[in-house]
Amino acid sequence: MQFEHIVCGFCGCVCDDIKVTVEDGRVTGVKQACALGRAWLMGHSTESCNSVALVDGEPAPLDEALDVAARYLASSRNPLIYGLSSTVCEAQRQAVELADLLGSNLDTCASVCHGPSGMGFQYAGDSTCTLGEVKNRADLVIYWGANSAEAHPRHFARYAVMPKGLYRPGGRKERTAVVIDIRPTATSRLADLFLQIRPGRDFEAIWALRSLVRGIPLDESSVAITGLTLAQLQDLAQRMMACKFGVLFVGLGLTQTRGRQLNTAAAMLLIRDLNAHTKFALQPLRGHGNVTGHDQVIAWQTGYPFAVNFGRGYPRYNPGEFTAVDLLARREVDAAVIVAADPVCNFPRASSRYLSEIPTICLDNHDTDTTKAARVVIHTGTSGINVEGTFYRMDNVPVRMHKFLPSPYPSDEEVLSEITERVRQLLAARKEANSHAANH
Amino acid sequence: MPEIKLLLVVGRILKQGVGISMGKYTAEYREAVSTLEMNAGDMTALGVQNGDEVELTSPYGQTCVHCKSGNLPVGMAFIAYGPPTSDLTGTETYASGMPDFKAQDVVARALGGGRD
Repeated sequence: MQFEHIVCGFCGCVCDDIKVTVEDGRVTGVKQACALGRAWLMGHSTESCNSVALVDGEPAPLDEALDVAARYLASSRNPLIYGLSSTVCEAQRQAVELADLLGSNLDTCASVCHGPSGMGFQYAGDSTCTLGEVKNRADLVIYWGANSAEAHPRHFARYAVMPKGLYRPGGRKERTAVVIDIRPTATSRLADLFLQIRPGRDFEAIWALRSLVRGIPLDESSVAITGLTLAQLQDLAQRMMACKFGVLFVGLGLTQTRGRQLNTAAAMLLIRDLNAHTKFALQPLRGHGNVTGHDQVIAWQTGYPFAVNFGRGYPRYNPGEFTAVDLLARREVDAAVIVAADPVCNFPRASSRYLSEIPTICLDNHDTDTTKAARVVIHTGTSGINVEGTFYRMDNVPVRMHKFLPSPYPSDEEVLSEITERVRQLLAARKEANSHAANH
Repeated sequence: MPEIKLLLVVGRILKQGVGISMGKYTAEYREAVSTLEMNAGDMTALGVQNGDEVELTSPYGQTCVHCKSGNLPVGMAFIAYGPPTSDLTGTETYASGMPDFKAQDVVARALGGGRD
């Protein structure tokens, strides 16, 4: 059977033009996807796990696993809910309800991705656009600290540089692509201009560009720290001011290095300066398929994009205090719910090690280092393959994910909803018991 | 054994991204996340060749990877995100939630053995 307009949920591009062939309940063919999308569709279309749930490493009925999970959470004083960036917004919304009920911490993969970009926008504002506007209008496309060719393989070809657009009918011929990075990459080889800056000097390079765009004279010695010459920076500043529609795509090269949120705030201020000359926008290149959706859902429900704590009965926000890496490193949480993420594989070891010391409940469709560390594992269907719902593309455009294969596993939303209900009952029973004891 | 100081940069590569979906316990994924790209001159200074095993030590941990020559500046090395990089990364986030994934000072030491 052939399916068209299937949406890939691997990365933030959320490409919605994929063709899939299904035979005997498995994906056997994928067209138009990149290597990452093909692997995502092929790798998630079969059940790699034998049991729907595990408790202490042993297969268990779903009902028992839900009960054990609810008991762990109801008896926790300061739990953490983390991940959720590869699941649908409907499940993310349910996670917020659970966090609110528990008074827990709620953090997403954004905190080790573009969380600092969100913080930068809070400092400096956000001049953005959709990828459709980039395709139709952009004549200058800059990637800074991003290897899009390997992390978002269709970004260059489908959205940003290659496609023919309404006001760019010549496609690639009408665009200039610039890459700024600390090393040559697969992306820099595709660019018209590659500027290799010194590691950890992004802020200084951005600030030098701001000076040039604002007409403040600089000399060679003042920019030497960036690893670029004054002539290179002047050329780039001139290209930025002279273009008709420019877009700066920023990657983790800005958020995972010295400066972090100050780098993206500086980049945003540069964009603000450029808009005195022309139209310019900035976009973070989001990694996980629906990490942008989680920004939306949490911001809609709490006012904050990540690093939220409900401990006082209302949402508080503080990166560094309520972010997962920090909470685990300081051993401040006493239980964890990990949804569609693998922090044991990716977090600093001193943080991830702690997950195996506390009751960890993991919802995932694959066996991972985190499911191995968890006391309760519930295998769930894959969003966009077994589960329908909403993803947000990296430019904040919502895209409906289709379900085209059945799964024996429940959805993340169903599991989180059921855990929430069971926790609610346990907390109500405890409150009643305490009230009864106080009256006697 | 000779050793040199390197700035370790961590990032995404296509094989690692494919491995996330095809299985993190596949040989392809494990190889993708345990291959260290280095400047050819640094490899000569360290006395290693493509496929040789290198021990990396940071202030936060230690791991062993296999090296290969890559297009990198002198003194810089690259490896894809994965368990070996987690062993080397500290938990300081400077009140941002984000560890120093892309700027870790490490000491590389040649171990001699090559990849099977």
